[in-house]
Amino acid sequence: MKRLLALLGVLALIATACGDDDTATTAATSAAPATTAAPATTAAPADPLQAAADACTPGQVDGDLSFYNWTEYIDPELIDAFEGEYGVEVIETFYDSNESMLAQVDAGGAVYDLIVPSDYMVTIMAEEGLLIDLNDSAITNLGNLDPTFTGLPFDPDGAYSVPYQWGTTGIGFAYEALGEDFTPSWSVIFEPDPSYAGEISLLDDSRETLGAALKYLGYSLNTTSQAELDEAVELIRGVKDSIKLFDSTTFDDNLVEGETMVAHGWNGGFLGSYDGISTDDYDAYEDFGYFIPQEGGVAWVDTMAIPRTAEHVCTAHTFIDFLLDAENGAALTNWNFYASPNSASAEFIDPEIIEDESIYPSDETFANLEFIADTGDFEINYQDALTAIKN
Amino acid sequence: MSTPVGTPRLEAASERANRRRGLLLALPSYVYLIVLFAIPLVFVGVYSFASRSRTGKPELADWNLDAVAKLLDSTVLQIAWRSTWLALLNTVLCLLVAYPFAYYIATRRERVRNMLLLLVMIPFWTNFLVRTYAWRVLLDSDGLVTRLGEGLGLWGSMLFSAPAVFLGLLYGFLPFMVLPLYAAIERVDWSLVEAARDLYASGWKAFRRVTLPLTRPGIIAGSILVFIPSLGAYVTPDILGGAKTTLLGNYIVGQFLAARNWPVGSAVSMAILIVMLIATTVYFRSGGRTF
Repeated sequence: MKRLLALLGVLALIATACGDDDTATTAATSAAPATTAAPATTAAPADPLQAAADACTPGQVDGDLSFYNWTEYIDPELIDAFEGEYGVEVIETFYDSNESMLAQVDAGGAVYDLIVPSDYMVTIMAEEGLLIDLNDSAITNLGNLDPTFTGLPFDPDGAYSVPYQWGTTGIGFAYEALGEDFTPSWSVIFEPDPSYAGEISLLDDSRETLGAALKYLGYSLNTTSQAELDEAVELIRGVKDSIKLFDSTTFDDNLVEGETMVAHGWNGGFLGSYDGISTDDYDAYEDFGYFIPQEGGVAWVDTMAIPRTAEHVCTAHTFIDFLLDAENGAALTNWNFYASPNSASAEFIDPEIIEDESIYPSDETFANLEFIADTGDFEINYQDALTAIKN
Repeated sequence: MSTPVGTPRLEAASERANRRRGLLLALPSYVYLIVLFAIPLVFVGVYSFASRSRTGKPELADWNLDAVAKLLDSTVLQIAWRSTWLALLNTVLCLLVAYPFAYYIATRRERVRNMLLLLVMIPFWTNFLVRTYAWRVLLDSDGLVTRLGEGLGLWGSMLFSAPAVFLGLLYGFLPFMVLPLYAAIERVDWSLVEAARDLYASGWKAFRRVTLPLTRPGIIAGSILVFIPSLGAYVTPDILGGAKTTLLGNYIVGQFLAARNWPVGSAVSMAILIVMLIATTVYFRSGGRTF
């Protein structure tokens, strides 16, 4: 009997642990360095962390860097190079959505010196006072940024964030499904040909998924009109039978593995996968492609920011500066296939990448793109809309 | 407690010491339960009545019943109904598969029995998420299970469909059913079954009238252990079902993360907890207290 009870106890623990698996990747965050010198510069600073940041000088390091980033978003060799150059360690932890990152930073407790929030998340985090004001004087390479990526609406003064990489949301596809000659439109998803209906994946993300439908209908993807949103819901519900799955993490793998033929997703994800399966004898670009629909789509910018959980603000500034260096910025793009906001990097980026319109869209296409903006209370309606689609 | 004549004070003192020692031994569990269970639960309860700031930060101000009212929203009720139905079906499936299996284990020699039990538990050494992804490999278009089905002409690729979800849930929660059933069957006094057979009960009748009632505690324990986590399952429907239908677990995650609507997420979590608590209490009060 006692054995049974003990067994049940263990099982119950396992059961509760199972429910948490999605965030398991973030659990290993307590490995943050213990060597923290409290920055007590002034007698009673109102904001010691901000004061410490304001006192940082270019190239200064004040301890190991706890870097909280998206998965597969930085060349490990760049990390090694930084560690070698500055004699500090970079401890990387990962997240798979802005929201889970926010929850983690908001909860506090763990040390994160540098994070990579996307555009709209910068607005939210800045408004909630979770980001510190960057010390521009410690970031000597700021001038390398392309003016297109400064003064963006989510952080007009560039006070809290420095662009990391940018990209687009569009459609990855197999030529087998669409042929060589097709109209690059969202209609590929919303008016699918029977030959590939049922082999389509959509992102599992309220803003992106509904944004695609809103764009197809000719509305802004930042709409706060319930009528327009309802129309988008109906549109997606109407083609639900052609949707094989909603997926934000493996949309690219499913496409190249043949589970889907048309997939809604982020450009770098697709191109990275195409590149990953290409060999000396096989060019995946002959079988797969990516396009930004002519109706327009999402452009996004991921940025570097220093959250309130930071303890090594100077190392964080130095790391930002390091990535803004022309060659390092290029190394980032050459590895992750997302476009660089760093104009000085251009000459070091593989010509194939610079010339690829699915990475660097033409000005004309770019003009059609929209950034996702936080819609405040209307975010609830977007999530309810996604729930309604799946109901 | 009978007090021996000569030394009442000594006896009382030793009893007090005993009680203190008992408390000391239980202290870690109390601290654990209070800090990691009771207090967070209070938070969840409180947040159900809180409000959401414009940016989605939960604010302990402007107390209201909006989130609680959302529980009666037809979408939420539909999701709750679908989840309950799925959890029930999974419980029944687990029971049907696990009972014969547990019976088989319990009636083996000790060494075989221990080995089989070990085999049941080994999957727990690997993370549930990893095991669920492994099923994806088995079920995709050129996966082993798919090829087997195609070879037999019985089924094709099940990935991202309801059968895949059921398969994943059945696989994931089967051990929770097997182990308590095993424990119950192992304790059955087989002479009672023999007596039934001696009295001309058929094998089936002896099972239904003797073995089944005797193993009822195991059935109930296993069913509760499977039903409750199945009700909150969200990894399996997302990974194997392609996230096409919302279950309670997915709904709660969506509220906490995507919508950043803590009050609604909290209210739904609390509601599930309360319903489950009432259901189990009613069950035990109504004489189900058999283990």
